Amino acid sequence: MRTDDLVTMLATGAGAVQPNQSARRYATAVAWGALGAALLMAALLGPRPNLAAAVLTPMFWVKVAFVACLAAASLPAALRLSRPGLRLSWVPGALSAPVIAIWLLAAVQLTRADATQRAALFFGETADSCPLLIALLSAPAFVAVMWAMKGLAPTRLRLAGAAAGLLSGAIGALVYSLHCPESGAPFIAFWYLLGMLIPTVVGAVLGPRLLRW
Amino acid sequence: MQETGRLNASEQRLGDLLNRGLAGDAPAYHAFLQELSVHLRAFLRKRLVRLPDEVEDLVQESLLAIHNQRHTYDAGQPLTAWIHAIAKYKLVDLLRRRAKRDLLTDPLDDEFDFASAADTEAADARRDLGKLLEQLPDRQRLPIVHMKLEGLSVAETARLTGMSESAVKVGVHRGLKALAAMIRSDA
Repeated sequence: MRTDDLVTMLATGAGAVQPNQSARRYATAVAWGALGAALLMAALLGPRPNLAAAVLTPMFWVKVAFVACLAAASLPAALRLSRPGLRLSWVPGALSAPVIAIWLLAAVQLTRADATQRAALFFGETADSCPLLIALLSAPAFVAVMWAMKGLAPTRLRLAGAAAGLLSGAIGALVYSLHCPESGAPFIAFWYLLGMLIPTVVGAVLGPRLLRW
Repeated sequence: MQETGRLNASEQRLGDLLNRGLAGDAPAYHAFLQELSVHLRAFLRKRLVRLPDEVEDLVQESLLAIHNQRHTYDAGQPLTAWIHAIAKYKLVDLLRRRAKRDLLTDPLDDEFDFASAADTEAADARRDLGKLLEQLPDRQRLPIVHMKLEGLSVAETARLTGMSESAVKVGVHRGLKALAAMIRSDA
């Protein structure tokens, strides 16, 4: 087939294209991912029993804000990496800001705490299960966001896969924070981040294979 | 200064054609693809100096990719960056495929490639998309043949094939994506 014929073939009956498809796909993916995580959490873990009292403490909101900021920054990262020719520009800065903030807060808490309490602040009571549970709760969002990305056109597949993984990790962590009994900043700064990095690494590894087009 | 002015003008023209095409203006979309193929040929020829025979194949592959991914273009975004990102992605993909193939095959193949290249007309692609099209399953091939090659409407194609109108549209869409996938696994 000559190139001119291909051009004619592609143009014939091409019709109009719905605008804003990437935003719509991501809205669907985030909604399904959050719903899936909430159902998984309800079925396997349940919210923490003292949730009503916990929402009155500032550290609960620090935890939620940290994860929500990461989710809010990884969404534009995934969106931009889903479409050809877009720069990340301010997105890496927005991603690192909440991490730096929680690390600073963790450092302050650790230096102020008694030497005997530092280990408790860092390990809490659930350090061994927290990252794995966050990774587990992020699984529905991981599938949904990969689906959204697959229907668009990422060109940097490893980075795009990582961004998709981080977004799903942040969604999983946001839902997990309703179950999690921990309130130390050092705990959140390390174990939450580790939990969100698990799907991020999985995304980076699978991206080139899953997202090719 | 004058050079960038000319580039900006042509980018604006091309962007205008694409936006009208995306809104359903078929002649504008045809003109967009036509100009795009010229642009792509120049862009890829510069980057495939050592593989001149691959240029036209890659132009066609990029055109198909740009058509299939046209929903990822946003009117507010620089058009050239979008086009070049897709063309580069397809270029890197081609080079990776070739590297893999060269590792697997006998080095003699290179000489055959060279010999067969001599009589190929520059404007012709080596890979025949028409032949690949014939390998698609009927539910994708027939809608493409009737709608996109013979220029029939969705309704006429539906009547002729006995498929529903939405199945015809889905068939065209999936068929063109399958075509791109076949190119990927084939070369």
